[in-house]
Amino acid sequence: MDATEIGLWGVPLAILGGAIRVSTPFIFVSLGEAITERSGRINLGLEGTLVFGAMTAYAVAVMTGSPWLGLLAAAFAGLCFGLFHGWICKFPRVNDIAIGIALMLFGSGLAFFFGKPFIKPKAPNLPAIPFGGWSDIPQVQAALDVNVLFLIGAVLSVILWWAFRNTRAGLIVRVVGDSSDAARAMGLNPDTVRLLATGVGGALAGIGGAYLSLYYPGSWTERISSGQGLMAVALVIFARWNPLGCFAAALLFGGAGALGPALQSVGVTQGYYLFYAAPYILTLIIMIATSSPTRSLAGAPGELSITK
Amino acid sequence: MSGRKAVGVETIGMTMRFGGFTALDAVSVKVPAGSFHALLGENGAGKSTLVKCMMGFYHPTSGDMLVDGREVSIASPRDASALGLGMVYQHFTLVPSLTGAENLVISREKVPDIIDWRKERGDLAEFMERMPFKLPLDVKVAELAAGEKQKLEIIKQLYLGRSFLVLDEPTSVLTPGEAQEVLGLVRDMTRAGDLTVLMISHKFHEVTAFADDVSVLRKGKLTGTGRVADLDHKAMAAMMIGDQPIAALDSRAAPRPDAEIVLKVKSLKAPDRTGLKSIRIEDLGVRSGEIVGIAGISGNGQKEFLEVLAGQRPRDAGEVVVRGAAYAATRAKARALNVRLIPEEPLKNACAPKMTVAENISFRTFDMDGNGRPVSWISTSAIRAFSARLVEQFKVKTASLSSPIASLSGGNVQRVVLARELTGEVDLLIVSNPCFGLDFSAVAEIRARIMKARNAGAAVLLMSEDLDELLELSDRIFVMSDGALVYETPIAQASVQTIGEHMAGHH
Repeated sequence: MDATEIGLWGVPLAILGGAIRVSTPFIFVSLGEAITERSGRINLGLEGTLVFGAMTAYAVAVMTGSPWLGLLAAAFAGLCFGLFHGWICKFPRVNDIAIGIALMLFGSGLAFFFGKPFIKPKAPNLPAIPFGGWSDIPQVQAALDVNVLFLIGAVLSVILWWAFRNTRAGLIVRVVGDSSDAARAMGLNPDTVRLLATGVGGALAGIGGAYLSLYYPGSWTERISSGQGLMAVALVIFARWNPLGCFAAALLFGGAGALGPALQSVGVTQGYYLFYAAPYILTLIIMIATSSPTRSLAGAPGELSITK
Repeated sequence: MSGRKAVGVETIGMTMRFGGFTALDAVSVKVPAGSFHALLGENGAGKSTLVKCMMGFYHPTSGDMLVDGREVSIASPRDASALGLGMVYQHFTLVPSLTGAENLVISREKVPDIIDWRKERGDLAEFMERMPFKLPLDVKVAELAAGEKQKLEIIKQLYLGRSFLVLDEPTSVLTPGEAQEVLGLVRDMTRAGDLTVLMISHKFHEVTAFADDVSVLRKGKLTGTGRVADLDHKAMAAMMIGDQPIAALDSRAAPRPDAEIVLKVKSLKAPDRTGLKSIRIEDLGVRSGEIVGIAGISGNGQKEFLEVLAGQRPRDAGEVVVRGAAYAATRAKARALNVRLIPEEPLKNACAPKMTVAENISFRTFDMDGNGRPVSWISTSAIRAFSARLVEQFKVKTASLSSPIASLSGGNVQRVVLARELTGEVDLLIVSNPCFGLDFSAVAEIRARIMKARNAGAAVLLMSEDLDELLELSDRIFVMSDGALVYETPIAQASVQTIGEHMAGHH
């Protein structure tokens, strides 16, 4: 069988493959943001963290030859960004959203500054597992070439979902996110918990960035993220702060993002570029559909500045 | 509960100074093991300061604490809990989005990293067996009724092994029935010797019904203490407020049954806060010269009803008619029909907190000249003259007319709002919880002002969570439950028992 024979079947297949490929950074950023927001804080700076993570991972991978060291470095850089955000926000009268926007620009700017020398060299990629080996159709093989990070992300979302109910750390994060007063009455320091939650969120966003530069698209450019970090924030709200929901929503966004290239590949030559905008349009539609002028969001952490 | 027996607690010469201000002046209170002790006092009398010193939130300037006769030093709330001292706050400290079981387990001193819910559930069930209350522990706290939350707060303290409890106005959010039940159960536990209770309150009837002893604070000093059985309400009130004069209610003018119906609400329907349910007001009329009270536990749609009347919430259906004209709550309509509004939490709902007292007091009139015609150039001197007159007349205590209104005390903020809303002709006055959180003398004065407006011919719709206030002021009382008016009684036939049952939705 050759490529043309599967015809229009290529579209859903490409969307599936795209969903798996494109969704991974969404998964990590949104899981990170879910942890941060569950603790009662919003970190809009994850877009900057994502870009900086992508640059760090690429640079370290180029220099050491190991994509895994790059990944670790990206996570560490993300952690630092998250802790920085958390540390600034603990001061009174500091607005987490404003700080987030500042850090978003700071992170991207810093990444471009340090990343200039790494635009040319080629870094080793993160490995993928070929789940499509049973089939000899190249499209099927391409679609089922699944990166390990996607699998880690899937497992992580289940673990987080479980941990929010069954571990001390998970319950503490929920307590702090829902009521600072209650947390203080229990002898917890909300600022410390939020600092750590923002740090972990940043580390996960850094990993998301590493995926961008080390697997898909797989190189470091200044246009590497097209707002994934920001959309992941919207996605967390859409997923109602539920890690499993984040995973599903990330797949949905990934699939929408793959719509344009998929249509192009089967020979739709007109208007396909409109479908490149699908994830953005989907974001808008979701935000409008899930908003209401009269009630606040169900399931929103009580201490979140946007829902208070 | 580790089967720990009740402990006795005593303070000796407890003094707390904040800078030059003495919040607590050598207060010695003795609460023997297994007793139910009431702490009475007005707002600002030092009750919370005393309790916070005892619980380790504050470090007293001087004074000692004895627990079971031994001197102890309590540097932090953690020390207090190690000694078995716990506190139930006026506002809930439970985490709304967690279930009861999650709330209990996470508040424990030592929580395992991974929680074995099967084991915890077993332990909790066993613990609940020994408790006098029954509670669903698997639903989110947000879904519990106020009474259930209050019980869960108490249970939490017992679960944590506390055997001396401070209850801070524990019944302020409960129906009379729930209050009876909760306090009754707590008293039974003190009788059995499992618990010692120090209850902050300003409801005399609760103190008389449940407490063994009472201590009274005024302006940071202990003004009296003794067996409840030996004291009557009058004696306690005298200790509490001293000899300051209390504004008397304007004697009630007889209502005229044929007076004009000023406010008419018909088949009103509006979505409630959650958007899942709606409030429905079938038929409500308020006549000139009467106060119609609406009782109900908070969260039964009173707030939404008020918001509809105030124009803050859209309505799905129905009509609101004021003096025969449809009322849409616009500024022009409110002005033409003399509709005035005193919402609850006035600083939040009726003021611009950072604007000055003078500006806030002139919100209704700043854009009009003396003859009620609109002006395009605002005269600050006219605003100042107008507000100076009202501040004087309503005895508002403020540093200056240009202080931000947020810097005033709660009672004075409410006086500013009253001054604004009650000046000029008032045909319809809509009031909600006007005295919540205010001290004795402010309460008496505010109620007197409302009564005066009624006697002057205003139709007054009064929503309140304080049943005593409604019984004192209203000519008729409605009960609102689950978004609808479910019961009506003229004041002469009103019974707290029946009203309480309707509030709880038992009909």
